[in-house]
Amino acid sequence: MITLRTPGGLSLRLRPRAIAVGVTCALLALALSVLAIGSGDYPMSPADVLRALTGRGTPAEEFIVTELRLPRVVTALCVGAALALAGAVFQSLVRNPLGSPDMLGFTQGAATGALVVVVVGGSSLALASSAVLGGLVTGALVYALSWRRGVHGYRLILVGIGTMAILTGVNGWLLTRAPLMDAARAVLWLTGSLDGRGWSNALPVLLALAVLVPLMLAGYGPAMRLVEMGDDTAAALGVRVERLRLVVLAAAVLLVSLAAAAAGPVNFVALTAPHLARRLTRAPGPNLLPSAAVGALLLVAADQLALRAFPGHQLPVGVVTGVLGGAYLVWLLATERRAGRL
Amino acid sequence: MQSRLSGTAMTLAYERRTIAEDLSVAVPDRSFTVIIGPNACGKSTLLRALSRLLKPAAGAVLLDGEDIHRLPARGVARTLGLLPQSSVAPDGIGVAELVARGRYPHQGLLRQWSREDERVVTESMAATGVADLADRPVDELSGGQRQRVWIAMALAQQTPLLLLDEPTTYLDIAHQIEILDLCARLHEEQGRTLVAVLHDLNHAARYASHLIAMREGRVVAAGPPREVVTAELVEKVFGLPCRVIDDPETGTPLVVPAARRRATASAPTVAVAGG
Repeated sequence: MITLRTPGGLSLRLRPRAIAVGVTCALLALALSVLAIGSGDYPMSPADVLRALTGRGTPAEEFIVTELRLPRVVTALCVGAALALAGAVFQSLVRNPLGSPDMLGFTQGAATGALVVVVVGGSSLALASSAVLGGLVTGALVYALSWRRGVHGYRLILVGIGTMAILTGVNGWLLTRAPLMDAARAVLWLTGSLDGRGWSNALPVLLALAVLVPLMLAGYGPAMRLVEMGDDTAAALGVRVERLRLVVLAAAVLLVSLAAAAAGPVNFVALTAPHLARRLTRAPGPNLLPSAAVGALLLVAADQLALRAFPGHQLPVGVVTGVLGGAYLVWLLATERRAGRL
Repeated sequence: MQSRLSGTAMTLAYERRTIAEDLSVAVPDRSFTVIIGPNACGKSTLLRALSRLLKPAAGAVLLDGEDIHRLPARGVARTLGLLPQSSVAPDGIGVAELVARGRYPHQGLLRQWSREDERVVTESMAATGVADLADRPVDELSGGQRQRVWIAMALAQQTPLLLLDEPTTYLDIAHQIEILDLCARLHEEQGRTLVAVLHDLNHAARYASHLIAMREGRVVAAGPPREVVTAELVEKVFGLPCRVIDDPETGTPLVVPAARRRATASAPTVAVAGG
């Protein structure tokens, strides 16, 4: 770790490896984004893409880039970062590598909200709002049900898994009630997809990230590291543990819900990104920013893989994250179990 | 008696289970206070209340005359430290880094690592004898070393009052004595007020300057070990017939439990036959 100090008594403590991981992943994600914007039916070189992005391209290219391709890429970056952040927060607060929002029913809650709109009919704005509402209500419900003189990791996980099972059932029932066309659309949404995403999908997530990330980092960044040592230890050091958990979990649930509203419940990014980030940084703690960078990179990469892996057959991005993430989960369970951590 | 930390007329309860009612205690300043008592007598609950982890259902814990639950959390953490029974070392964390976390109540968003922080962490590791381990991962250490690292973290908090919840549990006898010697040194050399819950009565009698004996949620006796540890009181608190002799090492009271054979001396043959 390195320390920066000013004569005025201010000091910052930085972890070069974590910064390197975060910056590298962020740069890779951006580079991949430029390539992604450049590819498609009207291919453009990276230089052309950058010219169009900075407003110096031809009107046609600028239209293709800023209106058609950029929103999808920005949505991917933001959704990936939001899911990864939420996953990092959950895993840290419940002190369990499996405590990610897609294992605890929050994304299913958002899906329920969206499906209700699919069944009764409504605009895409209504669908997104309903998804956010579904996620938040599920979050409040899980929190309330696991409350007993404070919320503890294991109870939250058990209640969350139960909630997920119930909501999966509800979602199935809602699908059977939907008209056939709507049901097909709903299933695509449930898989998680970035097809046809516009600025109206990207902006809410972007805005939430811009507001919530600085708040979480400044307000609770160091305190979250302390809570990993146990509630009593953190409280002894002056952390108001219950308030922290409530605020930070609420922020995480909001991020997950907005991400689900934008791209559907994309699986496994929230679970895998924080793990990868921790392995790369080798730093204890939730690793919020490196996780966000890894998540953004993962989702942009997965989307490109989904688009290009089978020429002529575009997959929804959720299929790719599901397959890769599932494999990672199996590997993780095996190694963690061998290391005696599960 | 001066006391910065005290509890007055406390009712301590978990959910619907009441552990203690109308419980009042005072921790003498600069004392090494040890709370003793049989299992489930409420000694750990009392320590949780004193360390503000458990809010009394009635009554109050006073720190410097103010209700501890009305004081700002970080301010309390600069006055009152706690070593809980169970702490989790995050995966792969190093000793120095863990100890540094004790500085949290002294730090801020733009004051993350001052020279003072660095100095105090170095001193805390030296005081607990873990300076040589500074760069080792905590999960590679032995139980005794790990406990010393946690104590170093609590020391780095630089609190005049330090509470320890069963700091010797799960350690072998040599490490138990090592930890207690360390506590005694902190008490004597640094002038800190220590409050510990201990299971072993003889450890308590040897190391404490002030004892609080509890039974069924009430304080049965409080005072210097010489006054508190008597054969009558041990029988009353623990239900254990015993003799109290002078510890040949320190001259403090030493509890020697009565032998079964002596206790049943009226029927020696039966006792021997029975084993």
